Amino acid sequence: MKELKPTKWAWGILPVAIFLAIWEIVARLSIVSEQFFFPPFSTVIQEFYYLTANGVLGTNFLSSLSRVLIGFCAGSIAGIAVGIIMGWRDTINKALNPIVSLIYPIPALGWLPLLMLWIGINEMLPITIIFICSFFPVLYNTVTGIRNVDRDYIQVARTLGASDVKILATVVMPLALPNIFTGLRLEAGMAWRVIIAAEMVAIPTGIGALMMKAESLIRIDIIIVCLIVLSVMCLAFEKLFAYLEAKITTKWK
Amino acid sequence: MPTIELININKYVCCGVNLKIRDKELLVLLGPNGSGKTTLLNIIAGLTDYRGSVLFDGRAMDNMPARTRRVGYLFQDLVLFPHLDVAANIAYGLRTDQQTAGQRESRLNELLEMVKIGHLSSRYPKHLSGGEKQRAALARALAVSPEVLLLDEPLSSLDTQTAKYLRTELKQLQQKLKITMVYVTHDLQEAEEIADRIAILQDGRVEQVGRPEEVFFHPENEKVSEFIGAPNILHCDYCQSLGHGVMEVGCGGLSIIVPHDGNSIQKIALLPRDVYVSDVRPPGPEVNRFRGTVTGIRNADDAIRIEVKAGDNQLLAEIPHHIFDELNLTIGKEVFLILKLRRIRVYENKDL
Repeated sequence: MKELKPTKWAWGILPVAIFLAIWEIVARLSIVSEQFFFPPFSTVIQEFYYLTANGVLGTNFLSSLSRVLIGFCAGSIAGIAVGIIMGWRDTINKALNPIVSLIYPIPALGWLPLLMLWIGINEMLPITIIFICSFFPVLYNTVTGIRNVDRDYIQVARTLGASDVKILATVVMPLALPNIFTGLRLEAGMAWRVIIAAEMVAIPTGIGALMMKAESLIRIDIIIVCLIVLSVMCLAFEKLFAYLEAKITTKWK
Repeated sequence: MPTIELININKYVCCGVNLKIRDKELLVLLGPNGSGKTTLLNIIAGLTDYRGSVLFDGRAMDNMPARTRRVGYLFQDLVLFPHLDVAANIAYGLRTDQQTAGQRESRLNELLEMVKIGHLSSRYPKHLSGGEKQRAALARALAVSPEVLLLDEPLSSLDTQTAKYLRTELKQLQQKLKITMVYVTHDLQEAEEIADRIAILQDGRVEQVGRPEEVFFHPENEKVSEFIGAPNILHCDYCQSLGHGVMEVGCGGLSIIVPHDGNSIQKIALLPRDVYVSDVRPPGPEVNRFRGTVTGIRNADDAIRIEVKAGDNQLLAEIPHHIFDELNLTIGKEVFLILKLRRIRVYENKDL
């Protein structure tokens, strides 16, 4: 299997390298448009270096990152907590499910006008948007995960003398983890997509805001730098949760 | 350890079930699918609500939750926790509040040793064979030192040989631990091998309770008789040992050779499917081969049942449809019967 590894790597990197090479050539030869409107990859990398060196990219990135982390963690923790209660207690699920079903389909950005009026334009706005964006999918996946746990596991734990709390903590939650992680993985990427949109519309700092400023200055190279950062962060967050999920469940799944 | 009494139990198909399970006995609940066997186990374990009363040694358990009943339960699908290794599965029921880590460790080792899977303690269920899973699940059920052990068709997913070994071990374990065991199955042979007593359950009702030979030789009604295969039961007029574990018995004018090496035989029984029918004299020694006359032909579910008068006995034989078509049997026709020697069951007890 070891001989296959280089091939695997090549398949990951080679298409990207070819894509970047074609991009560079097409842009330098001005085939599509002027370099001004379609800068070559090397120019984008150069700009990436400048923006990193003068701290602009770092400051805006950290603004976005902190919002994503706070909103995503809070939303996920709340989603898991409410999801556990709904998944475990049928009555609560029956009571809350219709409300969740009504609110869940609303796109996170759909809340933006309402939240701008309720919260105002401040740090809480993007965090709240991310919270909503994370809360419902994680809640939904947690409820599904818990309710999908085979009842026989719960019954057998009861005959082994386990209390409800012990059953929840040692049987139901571990078995629901794959579902919960699916929710977290999907929403980790989604949080970055949403924060960019929120910052573009309403917030003066962050990667989204930087993109809007670049747009007003017609700095396409900066816009592409921001898109690359966004792409890498979405991918990194999703991969992180995929890794954690595999790490936790690979032994027994 | 306790005597279990089910009094007028009603739940799903179970309808007014009354059953007494004696202290330290192995009672087999035997019945077809959907007869209410698993429901009764769940009721004893306290895993479902019900109408009626369950008593352990005379104490009503109806308001006692499953976790305090001290009932070990081996589920049909075994239900090992997939996210825990064998050791953690077994240790799940060990009380952390009442035992020190050392005591738990020692109990765990004792259980692993008891079911002979000490070498598998760090494996996850997905890496275990059917028999190993069965042993791990059994050890887990025994970890709580149960007074009652319930087993719901625990060997149904295993191959015949492994199931046979494990059945023997289960029986030995039950005698060693001196616990009351309720074992559910739909297989008569399995029930006969393991049971102290068998309770026949059909359509949610207990039709008969008794020792395996009692049930087989004295089915209380047509339903029970049909369920156990409508055996031919013949009274023996005489019986003499031929040595080498073989006896000759006389039943209604037929001299039948029986593999038996015990006391004198009062009755013998043979299932209709163990009686061969031929329209020509079969070759081979004249042992357990008889001439008879067809007196009746009727359709059973997936075979034809032929009533044959042989000597003074009315015997029932069961043959597949395609054989019946080949034999071209009609009432009054003369046929030859072969009684399968190894399938003949004997009943010694003169008291019944």
